Amino acid sequence: MKKILLGLAAAGLGTMLAFGTANAAEEAHNAAEPTHFPIKEPAEVNWSFAGPFGHYDKQQLQRGLKIYKEVCSACHSMHLVAFRSLEELGYTEAQVKAFAAEYEVQDGPNAEGEMFTRKALPSDYFPSPFPNAQAAAAANNGAAPPDFSLIAKARAVERGFPRFVFDIATQYQEGGPDYIHALLTGFGETPPEGMQIPEGTHYNPYFISAKSLAMAPPLQDGQVTYDDGSPQTLSQYSQDISAFLMWAAEPHLEERKKTGFRVMVFLVLFAGLVYVAKRRIWADVEH
Amino acid sequence: MSGGHSSYTPSTGIEKWIDARLPLPRLVYDSFVAYPVPRNLNYAYAFGGILAIMLVSQILTGVVLAMHYAADTGLAFNSVEKIMRDVNSGWMLRYLHSNGASMFFLAVYVHIFRGLYYGSYKAPRELLWILGVIILLLMMATAFMGYVLPWGQMSFWGATVITGFFTAFPIIGDPIQQLLLGGFAVDNPTLNRFFSLHYLLPFMIAGVVVLHVWALHVAGQTNPTGIEVKSKTDTVAFTPYATVKDAFGLVLFLILFAYFVFYLPNFMGHPDNYIQADSLKTPAHIVPEWYFLPFYAMLRAITFNIGPINSKLGGVLTMFGSIAILFIVPWLDTSKVRSAVYRPWYKLFFWLFVANAIMLGWLGSRPAEGLYTLFSQFGTAYYFGFFIVIMPLLGLIETPRRLPNSITEAVLAKTKSGGQPAGVAAAPETRA
Repeated sequence: MKKILLGLAAAGLGTMLAFGTANAAEEAHNAAEPTHFPIKEPAEVNWSFAGPFGHYDKQQLQRGLKIYKEVCSACHSMHLVAFRSLEELGYTEAQVKAFAAEYEVQDGPNAEGEMFTRKALPSDYFPSPFPNAQAAAAANNGAAPPDFSLIAKARAVERGFPRFVFDIATQYQEGGPDYIHALLTGFGETPPEGMQIPEGTHYNPYFISAKSLAMAPPLQDGQVTYDDGSPQTLSQYSQDISAFLMWAAEPHLEERKKTGFRVMVFLVLFAGLVYVAKRRIWADVEH
Repeated sequence: MSGGHSSYTPSTGIEKWIDARLPLPRLVYDSFVAYPVPRNLNYAYAFGGILAIMLVSQILTGVVLAMHYAADTGLAFNSVEKIMRDVNSGWMLRYLHSNGASMFFLAVYVHIFRGLYYGSYKAPRELLWILGVIILLLMMATAFMGYVLPWGQMSFWGATVITGFFTAFPIIGDPIQQLLLGGFAVDNPTLNRFFSLHYLLPFMIAGVVVLHVWALHVAGQTNPTGIEVKSKTDTVAFTPYATVKDAFGLVLFLILFAYFVFYLPNFMGHPDNYIQADSLKTPAHIVPEWYFLPFYAMLRAITFNIGPINSKLGGVLTMFGSIAILFIVPWLDTSKVRSAVYRPWYKLFFWLFVANAIMLGWLGSRPAEGLYTLFSQFGTAYYFGFFIVIMPLLGLIETPRRLPNSITEAVLAKTKSGGQPAGVAAAPETRA
């Protein structure tokens, strides 16, 4: 077995050399007309929900919800998230009920066969700003704004070799929120000399699939009023909305990590017991 | 199943009553308690048991997931999200199932590499090996169809690309593809038949596993020395010796499994699969799951026509051939010595083969352009060269090291020369 592991290590080293050569070839590209996106890698933010004991910061999620409600929801739907789940953000049942009642949803048909609108209930889902994808696209220069329910898991910049190997040890799973944060704070940079930016789009070196995107910078300093004294800056806003979207995409993250800790403790102890049993059983057999 | 003499003696009245009518307890006793296994098995031999447990785990989580899943293009994506958000412990079931597939393949690849290293496929175990290759094929089909079910972008486009392979075959290609899809493109009929088959195939795997274990118990297990069992001192009873050792290996494997499920559940998935399938938007790079990447790299390595075979058909034949060639491995290896432990040259080429497989996996995740294609072509050449050239040739020209006379002799020689505490450097290839 030791030989097998040694062999594997040697095999790994050999392939690493080959990878290095190939990677170097990939790096060489033109600054004005890049072919690989994003142009710049997102910075790693220190999230409260990272790591084996990660947990959501409820104050932060509440601030993020406020940003979603006041800014993002004008264009971006979040149709998989129900109002009832907002209780996980630290709101009471009554608060959730009041929050839901601020929205109107379509229901029906009633006894007369007519569709009607009513105030939303906690059991309803966030209503979408556009009736359908076609309407969303038509109102936004042909590109429908993506739904936000899963966006924090549906976007991640590729980590590349060998970083993705180290990510196993560091438990890096925050590529989504890091990307959203980088994108929101990445507007306003000057494009490199000679780069053509298509009309109606905005240069952002952190955008995952092109040099510019249709969305205008959505957040500015002081745009959303916080009532908990947090700084009302673009940087703070971007972190808060990213954290909120992570929650929206992975609401059971805390439960998962807590369960995981118990499972790991049990398995490690159990492994120890089985190992001791194995030692005893094999003690008088040369093998 | 062992075919040998049964040492089961029913002691109580009820055991005797059952044994006279349906000797199932006798079968279990002879196969999993008294069954003799070589005393020198190392932890690489624990993966058979680990795979059996993974199959059971996948079936159990899968059956429960199927209770909440809706196989309809309009409902599938949201039904999976319903499982993730609203079903009690649904997130755990789904992460166990999706990461379980990856762990299943990790274990099966170690299991196969172990077989190649210790020459486990040689006579009289050819059928045992062939049944294993059939299980691998069934696993691949099951995993591919399972990946389509969440109906994300990679599900849809992966299905489009992979079913498209069949169109490379002249005449029969298009009808086969239409049969697989249930139409002319990936759509609701495709999703429905994939769900049906994804539910069926694991039970077929279980059936072949029974044959695989049966064949194993007839020929007996190999061992790191590759020498057949000659006397009773070469073996120990399956229970408690192998059971407890396998159990320890299994728990270590479960720790790795749990680490991914609870801390890195999306590490092995693709972010695009959290976007609902859209037939009008092609993802920038369509990449299969990691366990298919080496085969994907070989498919794309064929960028040139070979006589009447165009590059597309050539790629598809290469990919299918890379699995098909495993079927004839028992007859490609001409060496009289089974284990790589006593074959210095084979050992070197074996580890190169492992490194090459890992490199092909990485290349499969890269776009097919420039240097990557060149590397893939070298990798593909070595993959086939290992089986077609190196295996038959090495057996004829290699001088193996001296073999011990028996398993017992090998074990005792090792403990004597190494001394206590368990010599670190002494013959580590036979150490657990």
